[in-house]
Amino acid sequence: MTADPRAEPRTGRLTAWLRDNGVYAAVAVLVGYNLLFSANFATWGNLGTQVVQVAPVLIVALGMALVIGTEGVDLSVGSVMAVAAAILPLYLGYGFVPAVGLALVAGALCGALNGTLVAVVGIQPIVATLALLVGGRGLALVFADGQLTDIRNDDLLALGSGELLGIPTIGWIAAVLAVAVWLVVRYTTFGRQLVAVGGNRSASALAGLPVRRVLLTTYVISGVLAAVAGILATARLTASDPSAIGTLYELSAITAVVVGGTPLSGGRVRILGTVAGAVLMQLITATLIKHNLPDSTAQIVQAAIILVAVHLQRGSR
Amino acid sequence: MEPVLAATAVSKRFPGVVALSEVDLTLHGGEVHALVGENGAGKSTLIKVLTGVYTPDTGELTYLGETTGFGRPADAQNAGISTVYQEVNLVGQQSVASNLFLGREPRTRWGLLDFRAMNRRAADLLAGYGIRVDVTRPLRTLGMGVQQMVALARAADTRARVVILDEPTSSLEPREVDTLFTVVERLRADGVAVLYVSHRLDELYRICDQVTVLRDGRVVHSGPLAGLPRLGLVAMMLGRDLEEVRRDGATKFEGEHTAERAEPVLTATGLTVKHRLDGVDLAVRPGEIVGLGGLLGAGRSETAMAIAGALPLDSGEVTVEGTRLRTGSVAAAMRAGVVLLPEDRKADGILPDLSVRENIVLAALPRLSAAGLVSRRRQDSIVDTFVRRLRIKAASPDQRVGELSGGNQQKVLLARLLCLEPRLLLLDEPTRGIDVGAKAEVQALVDELARDGLGVVLISSEFDEVVEGSDTIVVLRDGAVTARLTGEDVTEAALLAALAEEGPA
Repeated sequence: MTADPRAEPRTGRLTAWLRDNGVYAAVAVLVGYNLLFSANFATWGNLGTQVVQVAPVLIVALGMALVIGTEGVDLSVGSVMAVAAAILPLYLGYGFVPAVGLALVAGALCGALNGTLVAVVGIQPIVATLALLVGGRGLALVFADGQLTDIRNDDLLALGSGELLGIPTIGWIAAVLAVAVWLVVRYTTFGRQLVAVGGNRSASALAGLPVRRVLLTTYVISGVLAAVAGILATARLTASDPSAIGTLYELSAITAVVVGGTPLSGGRVRILGTVAGAVLMQLITATLIKHNLPDSTAQIVQAAIILVAVHLQRGSR
Repeated sequence: MEPVLAATAVSKRFPGVVALSEVDLTLHGGEVHALVGENGAGKSTLIKVLTGVYTPDTGELTYLGETTGFGRPADAQNAGISTVYQEVNLVGQQSVASNLFLGREPRTRWGLLDFRAMNRRAADLLAGYGIRVDVTRPLRTLGMGVQQMVALARAADTRARVVILDEPTSSLEPREVDTLFTVVERLRADGVAVLYVSHRLDELYRICDQVTVLRDGRVVHSGPLAGLPRLGLVAMMLGRDLEEVRRDGATKFEGEHTAERAEPVLTATGLTVKHRLDGVDLAVRPGEIVGLGGLLGAGRSETAMAIAGALPLDSGEVTVEGTRLRTGSVAAAMRAGVVLLPEDRKADGILPDLSVRENIVLAALPRLSAAGLVSRRRQDSIVDTFVRRLRIKAASPDQRVGELSGGNQQKVLLARLLCLEPRLLLLDEPTRGIDVGAKAEVQALVDELARDGLGVVLISSEFDEVVEGSDTIVVLRDGAVTARLTGEDVTEAALLAALAEEGPA
């Protein structure tokens, strides 16, 4: 009854350093290794490919980092990508802007549904968003009539294959969004309230914070970012494929967030770490493929890294 | 007569805390034994030792004449020690009948569950206690009172030799309490030893034969209840010496601060929350410190939370400087200048992983922001002011609050409230768990704030803090106001008498 719950375990300094900087160090090591031993690594062509591949995961992971910061999780992101992808061809006849706009609105609505279930109805995030993980893809397939549709809109195709200053447009978009989300977390009232709600919900409520509004907004942001990723993935693929697009993205996004040092217990959001986490996972796959190791090996290595990341987090609590 | 269950010189310590120290407790069959004590006295720990949840560090348990050490809670249960907790610990989704016979279901000839027999026996059993419900309904669809009765009926029917009741009446209606007492009477008549934990003096005097008083992990009294004056019992629970209720200024509070005849800054009328508050009225004038007196569970924290908007009201209103407040909203109360320092600093107060700065400005964030962007400059100036004024000892405003001492954490929380420029400060146990130096500082600060015209409501389980700090004391029992002490009457003796006073039967 009165046992001291705050008998904090003393973590070693190495553990603490690894927790805070391990993901950056790992990225640096992998980059260094590839520069030395992988042919064609440091070419514009290869770097562009890596950026394009990591960008959609990264964008989804940004929203995921916010949701995890509130002590929640959003399992529906992959299906929301599919919903956005399915909506695009339906409205591209009216032009690029209305189609993309509606896809984003669809993402926001999906997020609002998740947010309402979590913040207002009070369902556990993992269950609330599981519903849309299952239902969202079904919905997307209904929209698309179960079909894969080729994209012929030039603006959308340009979004998928365009470059600016030698870097893919998709990469620029991901970078801008990452900076924007970082600024929101750090410098806005909403961002600070998000971290507070995740850190101690009851204390936040007693301090008069609009807890429900903060949670709802967070899930809407996650939904919109997932829709952005769905649009970009579609543009890149030059086809809307609601049965395949975004599958297992929720797991890749959670991995990037966790490996990047954001604790699943909430109260802390590390955007730069999330970026590094996404990049690290991409680099692992790329490196092993370059050395002719199968994808399954990459998965095993990634699993090991997740365990290490979670272990480091645990020691810090 | 040989005792059924006896604990002899039982001690149990946790890191940094001695929860039980050389505690003796003897339970005889056919007796109802009251176990009383304030928060942290060690009641829960003792129950957990008796039921095998904890193993005592030293001392021994004797059950039916033999030394035992229940390794697991299941061992204690199988041996015949049943516990009915405040929160019913049965399976809500299953039927009433299934719960009653959980683990000892009647079987048919073929070894299958005999639901018909089970339902019939369950209905008969409950009818014996005057409860008529559809025993096939899921337990959770019934009221708390009925659930409590089912738990008790189950305990009574499992041939228990010892039944432990932990605050059994806290969510019951008066009529349900009567039913519960008939069950307890029956247990006593059947020769069962009953350990009855409650803070409701009226109930204790109605049903209990013996009493053991715990304070700070020690037994301070044990003996027959009849003949023990209520005042004496309350004094022992609170650790006050009746012979010398002195006033020698053990706290940092000084005298009176009331602005005479000023209009109240806060008027609360008829605050009612089912099972918790029953029509509480309260008025606080600027510069006045109103203490809330009462034993554990009397409704002091609930009153403060209701006023602060943290506990939704069933009825009642709160008026701040003449303007009626929307109740049930912390944000609305804060805008009106009503703020609460919560009782549980760790669970409801601090954000341990955030910095001192962020913890201080948490509630004021919208006011310190323009267009949703936080202004670091305005934050820093506020944080600076309060860190200096409250003498918060932190390496820097960027230090994690979780790394500070309890006293400094409490000051951070006070700063969070004070930077909202409140008119009424509700303090729930402001000095609990902080060191002596910080305690004196907090007390002096509250005094100073009141002198500057702030209205203060003070809740404290430390007797001298309430008596010396308050200008007025409002005494609560079972969620209702039973006495108001003002002026010369604000003394320990008067408060003790008010607490011990007999309630309406």
